[in-house]
Order: sequence, then C-alpha cells, then structure tokens
Amino acid sequence: MDYFLQQLINGLTLGAIYGLIAIGYTMVYGIIGMINFAHGEIYMIGAFISLIAFLVLGILGITWLPLALLIVLLAAMVFTAFYGWTLERLAYRPLRGSPRLAALISAIGMSIFLQNYVQLLQGARVKPLQPVIPGGIVLMEGTISVRFNYIQMMIIAATIVLMAIFSLIIAKTAMGRAQRACQQDQTMSALVGINVDRTISMTFVMGAALAAVAGMMVTLYYGVIDFFIGFLAGIKAFTAAVVGGIGSLPGAMLGGLLIGLIEVFWSAYFTIEYKDVAAFSILILVLVFRPTGLMGKPEIEKV
Amino acid sequence: MAAAAEHRLDPVAALKEAGLAGFVALMLAVPLAGLETVSAPGGLTINTRWDWVAIAVGSVFIGRLLLILWRERGRRRGGPTMDLGIAETLRTAMPILAAAGIAFAVLLPFLPFADRRVLDIGILVMTYIMLGWGLNIVVGLAGLLDLGYVAFYAVGAYSYALLAIHFDLSFWLCLPLAGALAAFFGYLLGFPVLRLRGDYLAIVTLGFGEIIRIILINWYDLTRGPDGISGIPRPSFFGLDFARSPPPDGHTFHTFFGLDFSPLHRIIFLYYLILVLALVTNAFTLRIRRLPVGRAWEALREDEIACRSLGINPRNTKLTAFTLGAMFAGFAGSFFATRQGFISPESFTFIESAIIVAIVVLGGMGSQIGVVVATLVLIAGPELIRELQEFRMLAFGGLMVMIMVWRPRGLLAFRDPTVRLHPPPRRRFGLGRGKAAETGAK
Amino acid sequence: MNPRSEPLGGAPLLQVEHLTMRFGGLVAIGDVSFEATDRKITAIIGPNGAGKTTVFNCLTGFYKPTEGRLTLNHPHKGPFLLERMEGFTIPQKADVARTFQNVRLFPAMSVLENLIIAQHNVLMRASGYTLWGLLGLKRFRQAEAGSVDLCRYWLDRVGLLDRADDDAGNLAYGDQRRLEIARAMCIRPVLLCLDEPAAGLNPRESAELNQLLLAIRDEHKIGILLIEHDMSVVMGISDYIVVLDYGRKIAEGVPEAIRNDPTVIKAYLGEAEEDELPPEVAADLARERASQAEG
Repeated sequence: MDYFLQQLINGLTLGAIYGLIAIGYTMVYGIIGMINFAHGEIYMIGAFISLIAFLVLGILGITWLPLALLIVLLAAMVFTAFYGWTLERLAYRPLRGSPRLAALISAIGMSIFLQNYVQLLQGARVKPLQPVIPGGIVLMEGTISVRFNYIQMMIIAATIVLMAIFSLIIAKTAMGRAQRACQQDQTMSALVGINVDRTISMTFVMGAALAAVAGMMVTLYYGVIDFFIGFLAGIKAFTAAVVGGIGSLPGAMLGGLLIGLIEVFWSAYFTIEYKDVAAFSILILVLVFRPTGLMGKPEIEKV
Repeated sequence: MAAAAEHRLDPVAALKEAGLAGFVALMLAVPLAGLETVSAPGGLTINTRWDWVAIAVGSVFIGRLLLILWRERGRRRGGPTMDLGIAETLRTAMPILAAAGIAFAVLLPFLPFADRRVLDIGILVMTYIMLGWGLNIVVGLAGLLDLGYVAFYAVGAYSYALLAIHFDLSFWLCLPLAGALAAFFGYLLGFPVLRLRGDYLAIVTLGFGEIIRIILINWYDLTRGPDGISGIPRPSFFGLDFARSPPPDGHTFHTFFGLDFSPLHRIIFLYYLILVLALVTNAFTLRIRRLPVGRAWEALREDEIACRSLGINPRNTKLTAFTLGAMFAGFAGSFFATRQGFISPESFTFIESAIIVAIVVLGGMGSQIGVVVATLVLIAGPELIRELQEFRMLAFGGLMVMIMVWRPRGLLAFRDPTVRLHPPPRRRFGLGRGKAAETGAK
Repeated sequence: MNPRSEPLGGAPLLQVEHLTMRFGGLVAIGDVSFEATDRKITAIIGPNGAGKTTVFNCLTGFYKPTEGRLTLNHPHKGPFLLERMEGFTIPQKADVARTFQNVRLFPAMSVLENLIIAQHNVLMRASGYTLWGLLGLKRFRQAEAGSVDLCRYWLDRVGLLDRADDDAGNLAYGDQRRLEIARAMCIRPVLLCLDEPAAGLNPRESAELNQLLLAIRDEHKIGILLIEHDMSVVMGISDYIVVLDYGRKIAEGVPEAIRNDPTVIKAYLGEAEEDELPPEVAADLARERASQAEG
C-alpha cells in the first residue's frame, strides 16, 4: 500500500510534466492540424535554459530561493518562447498550404537540427545540477516510508496554477477567442479581421513557454539533463495529447497524468526495461482503436 | 513606371525588419550560445562567449538585409520562371544521366582513385541508395510516411546474423529468408495501422521502430542486447572465401582465380553485391510502378477517397506497398550484417529512419534518381569532407527544413506517366523516351 | 461499346427503402424511399443541405446508414444489399460508380492513367495479382492493351483524346468534370451516380454534358442517378425527379409534375437563390411580385 502510494505520487509528478508538454502539442495540432515534431526539442531547450539560468544566478549570488525560482521560471519561459516563435516562423509558416507531409518532414528536420545545435553549443555530456529544493514531508513511516518531496509538491502545484491561467487565457481573452476561432476556420477568421499569422505565432509561443516550465521542472526534479531528453519526452507527451484527445486542453493534462502513472506503475510492478514500450504501445493502441482519444470530438470524414 | 516605384526598396523598413531579426537572434543566442555550461570541480559553471553572440546577431542581421535585397530584385525581374526549364532539361537528360551513373558505379572499383576508403564510402552510399529505393515504394509511391523503416532493416540484419550463426546457413540462403521475415514483420505491423491518416501513421510507425529497438536491447538471450552480435559470417563468392590461406582441401577466391591475395577483393565483392541488390530494387520498383498495383499506390497517394469510389481496396493496396518496402529493407539489412560482421541495436535508431526518409523526400518523392542525388549530398558529402562530420547532423536537419520550404515536393519531383497514348513529344537534344510508349502507342 | 443486355424486367435497378442517416443528434436523412430505374435518368434535387450528397455517400459506402435498406438489382449479378457492403466493394462488385461534388481526380497522374486506374480490379486479375505482370506475361499485356482501348473510347467521347498524356491536374475545370465522368464509366457501371456534374460549367459545356448523359443512358443502357442544382440540366434530361428538403422526401414524379408541385415551389422559395428555381417558376414569381407591387 505504501509502495503504491509512493508510486502514485511519483507518477502524478511525472504526469504533470508530460501534461505541460502535451499542451503544446495539442494547441498546435488544434490550430494548424500538424504534429509539431520539434516540440520535444523546445522542452529540452527550456531545460537547458533553466539550468543555465540557475548557474548564472549562482554566480550573481542571488540565492534566496523563491526569487531565484521565479527569475529562472521567467527566463526559461521568455527565452524558450523565442525559440518557439522562430521555429514556427522559419520551418512551418512557409509550408502552410503545402502537403501535410512536407510540414511534418520540415518539423522532423527542425527536431534534428535543434538537437545537434544544443549538442554543439553545450556539449554532449550529461549536465548535472545539485538539488535546489531538497527535503519533503514523510506521509507514512514504515519499512518503506512514503515521501512527498517539496519539489514534487511544487511541480504539481505549478502545473495546476499554469493550467488554470492558460485555460483562462483561452476562455476569456481576445487572444484566446482568436485561437478558438482559427481552430474552427482560418479563412473565416481572417475575414472577420483576426490576424491568423499572429494567432498561430502566439500559439507556438504559449506552447513553448509551457514546455519551458516542464523543462525547468525536470531539471529540478532529476537534477540531470542532456541534449537528447527531448526525443522520448516529446513522444510520450504526444502520446498524452492523443490519449486525451488531440485538440483538447484538459484532455492533454489528463493524458499526461495517465501516461505518467502508467509509466511509473509499469516500472514499479513489471519491468523497468520495457517502460518505454508501454508508452509506445498505448500510443499505438489508442490511435488504432480510438483515434479521437478520451475527450476529443469524433471526426466525420468529408467526402 | 508607377508600379515599379511602388516596389522601390524602403531602406527604413528594411533596416527595421533586419533589426527585428537581429533582436530575435540575440534572444536565441544569449542563453545557449553566449553562456556555455562547462564542467568544473564541484559541479557546473558558466563560460561566456559573447563573441559568438555578436557573430550570430551580426550574420542574421546582414543575412536578413541581403534576403530583402534579393527578394526585391527577384520581384523586379518578375518571378521565378526558370524552374520549369530546369525540370524540363533534367527530364530530357535523365536517361543519359542514369546510364552514366550506372556506368560510373560499375567501373568505380577499377578507377585509379578507388582505394579502400573510396570503396567503403561507395558501399555505404549504395546501402543508403538501396534503402532509399526500398522506402520510395512506401513513401514516394504509396504516400505512406514510415518513420520506423529502420526496424525492418534491423529485422533483416538480425535474421541474417542469427540464421547464419545458429543454423550455419549461407548468405545466399539467408538473404531471401531475411527479406521474407522483414516482409512478414511489415505485414504484421502494417495490418492494424495502415488505415490511419498520414501523420498519425508516421508517429505509429515511429513507435513500432522504437519498440523493436528496445526489444533488441532487452532480449538478451536472443540478441545479446547492447553488446550486439559479432562474428557474423562473411559472404563467399559462390563458395569461395576471401581468406588469405585456402582450406586444406580447397580454394579461396584468390587461389582459384590465380590472383595475388588482396584484402581489397572482399571489399570489391561487397561493393558489387550491394550494387546488384540496389539495382534489383530499382528495376523492381520501375517495373511495378507500371503494373496495376503500382498505379493504385500512386492513386492512393493522390486521393484515397477517389480510389475507394473506383473499387480499389485501400488497405490491401497499402499493405502490399508496406510489405514490399519492408522486404527490401530486410535484404539491405542482411547485407549490412554480413558487411559489418557485427551488429548492435545502436545501428538502428530513429535517426537512421529519419535519414532514409530524408533521402526519399529531399530527392523528390517517387523519383528514383532523386534518391541517388540526395544520398550523394547527404551521405557521401559529409563522409568525404571529414571536417564537416561534427556538423553533419546539424546540416542534415537544416537541409531538410530548407528543401521542404523551398520545394515542398522535393528536389527532383517530376514523374513520367506509366503509360502513354501518344508518343512523347520530341525534345531538345532529340532524346525520345521510347520505352515509355511501350504499351500505349499503337 | 459493350451494350448491356436487356434487363429482366420487374424490380427497379435501385431501391432505397426507409433510408435514415443520423450524425449524433442531427438527422441528415429521415426515412427517405425512392427508386431508380435502369436506362433512366433519376434526379435528386433539393435546396442546399437537403441531404442529397448524404444519400450518395450512403449509396456508395462512404457512410453506413443508420437505418434502411439499399438494394441494387444488378441486371447480371442479381441483388446486392449496399448498406451491408464495405465501401470499396460497392464499385468493385455491385458496379456502382460515382463522381464527387468537388472533383476528385488524381491530379499528378496523367489523364490516361486516371482512366486506367478505374479498371484496377480487372487488370489486377489479369496481372495475376502482380506476379504475372512482373514477369511480363503476354496475357497481362493484352489485358492492358484492352483497357487502353476502353480509355481511348471514353477519352474520345469526352473530347480529351489529345490531352491523354497530360497531368489531370492541369486540365480546365470543365474538362476535369468530364474526365471524372469518363473515369466513373471505365469501371463499367450499371448505375452511375453523378454529384452536381454541371456545377461550374458554362452554358455550352452544360449543354454538351446533357448530350453526354443522354448518350450514356441510351447507348450504354445503364441507370443514372443525378444530383443537380442546374434546373436546365435537371428538367432537360431527367426522366424522374425526387425532391428532398431537410432530409425528407417532399415530392417525386416526372419533370412536368415536379415543376408544378406546390410543395416543391414552397421549399425552393424558402431559399434566397432564385436562379436555382425552375425558369418557369422564377417567371411566375416575378410576375406575382410585379402584380403585388402594383396592388
């Protein structure tokens, strides 16, 4: 039971991170109907930027933790958002209206490019970071005591807060309305005066900012990153988006939690070697048997 | 002249645009290029590289300005019209190019500069050309984006390795078996997923590719996991080995033909082996493209709904493409295993799949010669210029993006009809394409 | 070219009985029944959104009807229950061909290839499911020559013979429409379903289309089911008309009867586009309005 509870906490933490990345996939897919294959790389860049920001703050001597965390969070979100914006501008916008596969291939190219770009600039070695937020509370004493670490609490809390903020942005602001309009019909949105290009750019910016948060969380949580973390995390987050129903924001979060839990429980109770197989299998099963996911709307084939 | 005046370059706007690009470059460069994480005693520390940032910002600013100027000039000239001309010329020159290319490939081992390194690169290039041609069936003709193609390459390689080691079967027996096994895998994996839409299919095939790789890593009893399989038997020339000393009661290649022993013999033999395999793949594709099933592949790529309204079974048709593509990957895989003598899951990562897809797509989907050109650019180029090795994958990803943006249908994307009613019009240089008229004209 | 033998008489070519199609809560078609006869042109008309194309999609297997029975009485192969068949087997086995409202050709393939693909199933058998074709057997080459002959015939009929080797995507719109009809005929159908074949055609092209459809009906002796907005086409060539509105059948009959049917006129008057009215109705309407304005 205590083992189960511990895994539940770990799973939720991991799931929150996947959920944050998945939102980027789901928003982009909703608005331009393409898989932003390079989104995992954006997350990886977010992780690197937060690592660098921590180190810079350390050198500058800003050590009061709440302030440091806030600065790192903002720096990661802002700088990563620039990557998201540039990605769309260079690799996707010129291909709008081209065959779908062309955009997907461009995205794969961008993913390869960014991975090697970071590897060349920052080195291929694994980057460690000392624990920034140590400690936690012990929920249950026993042979295996159940710990709920502060960092886990922070990840889950931050995810909930960000989810709330972004849901509000999409539900209430003009930007969010424009995004929902573009999701329905881009031509019509343009006709009623919505700047479609800017709306799409903003979608990438928002997705990148959330991925940056996920990157920061991972840096804090595991304390070690490398240039290759984007690939697997990207695929798992995409799986989460599909499981939740691609295009649906709460779906992405739900899917993220599910994938996180499945992965953690699979490793805990079956085999850790095949934990990635579990994620891939879920992806395949969902796409084959229920491509609309848990919360997606069914698609009627237009003839 | 009023219209021309409207298009006059506005220097302020141009500077503003370039300035904006420079600013974005600054924001991109500061965290990742300007600040380098370096290992130091007691953890990581930061090294600054502001010169790099300055170079990045400066080159983006100037590059953007040049782009604006170039665009302006293009506008005044009145649009790109030479594109069609190039395509037409290439189309006309195609048979000559193809013949020259095959002649060069056949003669390569006897050319004066063909040393060990050149031949090794030749083998590598031919392997990718073969993989590209095989995948061209799936991606180029049938329009199914397969991001897990390397899985079938792996199945072929491991099938050969295991069959040859455990059952002591010869290469020529293992080759068809490995192809058949890979095709069987293609069929099994394709069956449930081929009804998925384009990009979902791509992700699912990627998933399959990774699953197979993870299984190869973890099924230690069969595959020896990450250690890989070594000591894979080398192929023989109709039973003649390429060893220095002949077995007591027989011959090796060089004693049989009365040649001096040279380690190059085996390399040359392997080179011709992959050349023949690749050419067979090419001949097969060219032929099947003109059969009903090949036309149905292309039709499915163009419009699946129309195909259904004409009574074409989409699933079976896609499945044949997927299975046949997997089969050729299996052949290429067993060649890879026998050439290397050693295989491990390392060789079958997603990036390999991406490279093969890039070769097909950049060359121009469905274009056989496009595959060759793309392989030469992407594989041979970086191999020949060693200094570029480090930047190879970076350039690779960048090229994929740029070529897609510039020509979304690929570099050499044009197709000849598979059947004609009228003889092809005579073109410059007087090169007819006689073969194409085979069935149609009477 | 291969005129079909006399029908056995009795059952009509196509029987649609109580066809209902719901999408979630939306009833696209509700309990529609009608028949289409061999060697006759049956038109389905109705305002936009009346469910005409949905009827086609049910008939040709793109949608599975929620309820109802669709029987095709094939003159040679006997009856087929279309609602039970998997989509692509309807053209393959029951010989029902269709065209699409927004033309669906294979744009990057040549005009001739477009037509040859329509004979896929015949050629697949002739090529021994690719095996004999790969070996280059004579049997396959003969079969292919035969289908090229059929293509040549249809290209001649639609006036595209000299464009045979051009990409279908490069044809003018009207040519694309005719090519799509030719392609549908290349599967040698017993029932040809045309979804707004005259849309976007100019008056001359439209008149040519009428001639083509009449010729298909009379020379090839097959049934034609036609969705059309252009009343000059509908009234000019239909033998029988079924009128749908909001997914229900509101009238059916010969053109003269439909022209004067008050329910039909009312359904159309609900629509703003008056040019879709039968010309006589439009004239009547104008006269009525003029008298009202005076009075």
